[in-house]
Amino acid sequence: MIGLQHYLTLAAILFSMSIAGIFVNRRNLILLLMCIELMLLAVNFNFIAFSRYLGDETGQVFVFFILTVAAAEAAIGLAILVVLFRNRRSINVQELDSMKG
Amino acid sequence: MLFYSFATILIGAAMGVIFSRNPVHAVMFLVLAFFESAMLWLLIEAEFLAIVLVLVYVGAVLVLFLFVVMMLDIDVERSKGGYTGYLPLGLVITGLMVIELMQIIWWRSSAEVASGGFVATPDGYSNTEALGAVLYTEHVYAFEIAAVILLLAIVAAITLTMRKRPGLKRQNISEQVAVKASDRLRIIKMDAEGQE
Repeated sequence: MIGLQHYLTLAAILFSMSIAGIFVNRRNLILLLMCIELMLLAVNFNFIAFSRYLGDETGQVFVFFILTVAAAEAAIGLAILVVLFRNRRSINVQELDSMKG
Repeated sequence: MLFYSFATILIGAAMGVIFSRNPVHAVMFLVLAFFESAMLWLLIEAEFLAIVLVLVYVGAVLVLFLFVVMMLDIDVERSKGGYTGYLPLGLVITGLMVIELMQIIWWRSSAEVASGGFVATPDGYSNTEALGAVLYTEHVYAFEIAAVILLLAIVAAITLTMRKRPGLKRQNISEQVAVKASDRLRIIKMDAEGQE
């Protein structure tokens, strides 16, 4: 029987994999943004699983808002990326060090 | 079982996103991952959000990603140069996280949390209707704030990417509006000329 714990496990694996993706893809900013999208997806999994487990729709409403904010975040992030590429001709994270951070 | 096959494809697609060197392939794997998650959400009867995920995410956000990836013309060859030195550290941290999360989910709580399935929804239950009923009543302010956030995203994305090209002919509207007839048209007095 597939229950809450299976969904939580899947979300945990997905979240950890996207963390690994952020460690691995230190060269390409677009791949970092994609890993963040995957992370948000894992969080949404938790919300929906608990919402169904507790029989409360509020969790699903939360997922709705997370999707909205994630879409806005993706749009602004990609706009910043385009401007960055136009100015520096590169989206390699390791070359973006002009602020010496 | 359906859940396990979808979950396996989802994990495989996530692997593809992380390890593919070509960003276009990564976006395609991301599309597959989102589609599989929509299927998994359908399995636990969250139909509305599953459709929204396919329409909004696969239909809009990932197409945006694909546009940007193709527009930027990234030099794939140079970014191919192997993984950075952070791979072992990343794998250690990921392994630790997975182990700890599994402990919390399975070992500690296996007694308290019923590991049975989800409660089946009653007959005639509509997920979309139930969501709409709370979305426009209890959460209406949050809903409007979400609309404002989307407007903010539109304005921010446009102002970030708009640029003034040199040599472009543009209208100066205030100058056009402020112009007087006497600036454009000169009336001169002259004697009438008869026809010879």
